[in-house]
Amino acid sequence: MKRYLEIYWIMLRNSLIREMSFKANFILWMAVELLWFLGQIVFIEVLFQYVDRLGDWTKWEVVLLIGTHQLIGQLFQAFFYANVANLPELVRTGKLDFMLLLPVDSQFAVSTRQFGLDNVVNALVGVGIVIFALGKMHVVPGPWQIAMYIPAVALGVAVHYSIMFALATMSFWIVRAQGLIYGYYNLFNIARYPDSIFGRGVFRFVFSWIIPVIVVANVPARLLGRIFDNPWPLLAHLLGAAVLAVGLSRALWRFALRRYSSASS
Amino acid sequence: MTLGKYIKVFDIGLQNTFVYRWNFLMRSVFGLVPLAGTVLIWRSIFHERQADVAGYDYRSMVWYFLLTVLVDNLITPTEDEWQIAADIREGQMSAFLVKPMNYLGYRLSLYASYRLLYTVVTLLPIAALIWYFRGFVVLPSGGLTWLLSAVSLTMAGLIQFFIAYSLAMLAFWILEISTIVFILYSFEYFLSGHTFPLDIMPGWLQGALRILPFSYEMFFPISVFLEKVKGEQLWSGLAIQTCWLLITWLAAFTMFRRGVRHYQAVGG
Repeated sequence: MKRYLEIYWIMLRNSLIREMSFKANFILWMAVELLWFLGQIVFIEVLFQYVDRLGDWTKWEVVLLIGTHQLIGQLFQAFFYANVANLPELVRTGKLDFMLLLPVDSQFAVSTRQFGLDNVVNALVGVGIVIFALGKMHVVPGPWQIAMYIPAVALGVAVHYSIMFALATMSFWIVRAQGLIYGYYNLFNIARYPDSIFGRGVFRFVFSWIIPVIVVANVPARLLGRIFDNPWPLLAHLLGAAVLAVGLSRALWRFALRRYSSASS
Repeated sequence: MTLGKYIKVFDIGLQNTFVYRWNFLMRSVFGLVPLAGTVLIWRSIFHERQADVAGYDYRSMVWYFLLTVLVDNLITPTEDEWQIAADIREGQMSAFLVKPMNYLGYRLSLYASYRLLYTVVTLLPIAALIWYFRGFVVLPSGGLTWLLSAVSLTMAGLIQFFIAYSLAMLAFWILEISTIVFILYSFEYFLSGHTFPLDIMPGWLQGALRILPFSYEMFFPISVFLEKVKGEQLWSGLAIQTCWLLITWLAAFTMFRRGVRHYQAVGG
């Protein structure tokens, strides 16, 4: 474990050095993400011109949800996105061989090489929006709520990672896998919607248990914003979903590796 | 005949894309998830509100979003700008410059074949959806509306293509164009009617949007089809759209001419 932390620290430093040598690009990427985020806020602003609440969610609770989704999504992007998105390319060109030869766990090796600093800044914007929304709601979360919110956010990042990783692993079977990255964005498109809109049907079941994107941001947002709700069932659901997603994606990775035959060698 | 070679390019484009049919299938399946989310959020809004939203009820709203998905597949370029930028960056443009072929024409043929194939592949899920929501479908009453929406849709597709093409031309001057593409793309996404029909936005914004090109990339042809714009508004809208078509075409044309002069033919 200590060894992995040391390795990670070195890779983190390397990618920060690399990132700082392309400053203009760094700022532009930040601008891109901010624009998308602003668009979402405008979307909510327009919707709530017509209604006061969506199910049991008020406007500022939805803003809290979107801020939380931003925080989780950007943390995932900071730590994992570029690496996982690159996996299909590694498989296609056969460069994965070098990763497999490294004396560390193969999933660790392919998942942690690059780190996105611009995403950390955008994650902080998400935190700012969360605090702002809490202020508008006149809710002051106690130490308990915060103590549950932080691990819930981490579990959300784990779900993001596992789903995208499982999608990228498909590249062992499907050669061109840009469609998979597109799939990630499409799946998480619904993660920022309040859970109350999904009703009680099959759709909700699939996306809260099998591909659990609905719980990713909704559970942390509820934990932080609803002081009087019972937190344990929510937390248990998110924990269960995260454990399942991580376990299944890991199993899929091992299965895929077994049939990897490398390219051009 | 000169047209013949462009038809051949169209055919090659079809074959090239069909190799990656899995990619397509995934795209069309995953593409339905956000649509489902949109339908559900509007269901919830209309349930809460018990009244219409700027002239839309639940049915016409769902029909609007079904049309956006169909139009998106028909006309929105997906990988064209990246391929063009890669041609420039990696020096493959040299091969085109010596061919007796117009690069814009070549790209336009490829774009047309991609769009055709996308539409065909995604037709089945979309047709299934439209059938599922068949009670919500409202077709234009007159033949003229069909004709004008087809014209407007074609112009919208060309505007989108010329914008993507012009942006890709930036690769003649700078290495990394993806940030610029994504910045413009986020404006297109929110202001062309992807996220919601533009007529539910506040009035002052709608005035600005009538002048800007974004609504003519998607929202306007759909409004024509839905017969939401009529009379004087329809004709002035078509006129503005034609202007944008000319401007974006001119931009694409000039960017290429200037770019080629700047071209360094990397690796060649």
